[in-house]
Amino acid sequence: MALMLRNARLVDPQVGLDEVADVLIEDERIAKVGASLECAGAEELDLSGKIIVPGLVDMHVHLREPGFELKEDIASGTRAAARGGFAAVCAMPNTNPITDDALAVEYIKARAEAVGKCRVLVSGACTKGLGGETLAEMGDMVRHGCCAFTDDGRGIKDSGMMRRVLDYAAQFDRVVMPHCQDDELVGAGQVNEGVASTRLGLEGWPAEGEELEIMRDIALCRLTGCPVHIQHLTTKRALDMVRAAKAEGLPVTCEVTPHHLFLTEDNIGDDYPTSLKVNPPLRTVADAAALIEGVFDGSVDAIVTDHAPHTEWEKDREFELAPFGMIGLETSLGLMLTHMVHTGVIDYAKLVDVMAVTPRAILRQERVAIEPGCMADLTVFDPNEEWTVRAEDFLSKAKNSGFVGHSLKGRATHVLVGGKLTLRDGVIVD
Amino acid sequence: MGFPHKHLIDIREYSREDIMTILETAKTFKQINERRIKKVPTLKGFTVVNMFNEPSTRTRSSFEIAEKRLSADTLNFGGSGTSTVKGESLTDTVKTLCSYKVDCIVVRDKHAGVPRKIADISGVHVIDAGDGKHQHPTQALLDLYSIWEAKGSFDGLHVGIVGDIGHSRVCGSLVPALKIMGCEVTLIAPQTLLPARPDVLGADHVTSDLDAVLPQLDVVYMLRIQRERFEGAPYPSLREYNMLYGLTREREPLMKPYAVICHPGPINRGVELDSYMADHPTRSLILDQVYAGVLVRMAVLYLLLGGADDGADA
Repeated sequence: MALMLRNARLVDPQVGLDEVADVLIEDERIAKVGASLECAGAEELDLSGKIIVPGLVDMHVHLREPGFELKEDIASGTRAAARGGFAAVCAMPNTNPITDDALAVEYIKARAEAVGKCRVLVSGACTKGLGGETLAEMGDMVRHGCCAFTDDGRGIKDSGMMRRVLDYAAQFDRVVMPHCQDDELVGAGQVNEGVASTRLGLEGWPAEGEELEIMRDIALCRLTGCPVHIQHLTTKRALDMVRAAKAEGLPVTCEVTPHHLFLTEDNIGDDYPTSLKVNPPLRTVADAAALIEGVFDGSVDAIVTDHAPHTEWEKDREFELAPFGMIGLETSLGLMLTHMVHTGVIDYAKLVDVMAVTPRAILRQERVAIEPGCMADLTVFDPNEEWTVRAEDFLSKAKNSGFVGHSLKGRATHVLVGGKLTLRDGVIVD
Repeated sequence: MGFPHKHLIDIREYSREDIMTILETAKTFKQINERRIKKVPTLKGFTVVNMFNEPSTRTRSSFEIAEKRLSADTLNFGGSGTSTVKGESLTDTVKTLCSYKVDCIVVRDKHAGVPRKIADISGVHVIDAGDGKHQHPTQALLDLYSIWEAKGSFDGLHVGIVGDIGHSRVCGSLVPALKIMGCEVTLIAPQTLLPARPDVLGADHVTSDLDAVLPQLDVVYMLRIQRERFEGAPYPSLREYNMLYGLTREREPLMKPYAVICHPGPINRGVELDSYMADHPTRSLILDQVYAGVLVRMAVLYLLLGGADDGADA
């Protein structure tokens, strides 16, 4: 089985590639890359005007299965991922039951194998039941394919426990990905503390509630040597801490979401839109500008969506009662192209870096480059397709996007996973 | 003619003229409230729902009296028997209410933003009777009325607000309302009782020194201190609170001769006010505020519902 991808612009900073050429895929791997390739019997796709990059990876996604299938399941979540241009996603462990043992890891892998439209990398809990008190069986989970550890959704409150997590995880060549939130300081915080909390009369979620734990976890990274990846970082000062840690040579990385780059607390109007209720909250204009700068200068390692689907009725509630989170898989690439690449802040190579190359490295996945021998996990997008985000178009079961109505330029058209098309001309391949 | 608003949800949407219209209208309603038959047919045939999703006796009673004196049909909805207790969503509850063909919903809720949401769902007139820590616009209007009546105008007035400003929906409306009317506003509280950004509310000054600012104030607005809460309280004791922020007889010499005292009620004697100040014959406006509540709520209902007696939509 051979597939010839013709006439697309190939962009891959790993191999210094940025040119129009053909890619020949045989079985699941890339066989040849070059101009005017020939291969009798290969299926041909003319991708003129489009760009091929190593398959995008979203390393922070809530697929909700098992346990919360009314919000999303592995089938719908991976369809949304493929539509958004992703060849792989990393599933967070706050399912029910929680992904804190090998059985749960195997369940997700099996479901993904059966119904997935992209690769599903499984992260495991650091502590049993996400309770922050007892170590989860990390070793067993690693043996069953777990790619990283996180108690996403809550911070590990006890510094001694966090140290134990990092000390223990250090033996497995896996990153620990803390959700940094000081519960005592954050309390029942709903929106950024400051202008938004005062204007809306809502409990504030201070920047320091995040920064204090980031500071602590960087210190514990120094103490233990275990690689730490800071989840959904949102503030300028937090980014400065990560910069300083990197300058010191510590194995610290971080991720940022499109909603924290392109939305701020000022977008939360007096109609209390619950789609903009996210955790951590939308921050200030200055914070968003600092994060954009961080993507440009390389301080931000990965763009993630923190895709957090909820049912329509869960979000159609009083702001304080609605759950945190927004979906993002189907808008992430379009947002990054529209607001980062087309505006000239970053180039395509940098986009590939933060949306494919570095996430894969952080998750200890096999390198995927556009060169012979590599796994044919590829994303194809039309950089010029203009489209409007509409709730009814989402393949996700959920509609809770903060970007509905936004006009974007650039959209995925094809996704290949192991040489097989999961998205073709913008349509999921069933 | 025609009042340019459908709802009273956010006082910041009201201009100085709008607010003066409400206050002038409230004043004309005085004569109804002071005669033997305290009722006019103005809102006959209108149905007003008092949807109180958290306990409130005073505000609900004040609204109910205002509605009844204008001859509106009233329905009290809420309390511990609300359908939300049975798991019904706010949206479904409001849609159910609307199917009764009501004209106006007066809403009190412990969650900020609920009145706007009800307005969006229902399409009927909505009056915010207090939402979470956000706003309480009729309270601000009755405060303005009392101050206006006592002082004759808002020109050059310096109003000091003392107490739990950060958790106060009253301040969410009162501070912007005072600024709309051109007053100078000083907030007086320890930082534990302040919002993150007092400037966003519109306050001109913030201080934790009551004694220093008291000599400049024309109006001293004392907020209620929650005495129920002790663990994790934002002050060490009621005693110390009273010592630092209580308006007591000992502090009277610091006040301007004609400075007046307001309080949204119910008062905690011995905490934010002593009895001498609470009952002060010339300074205390506290009971005038309660009366103003009825007048102002009548005015708001009249203006929003169009004051028409033919049932036409406003």
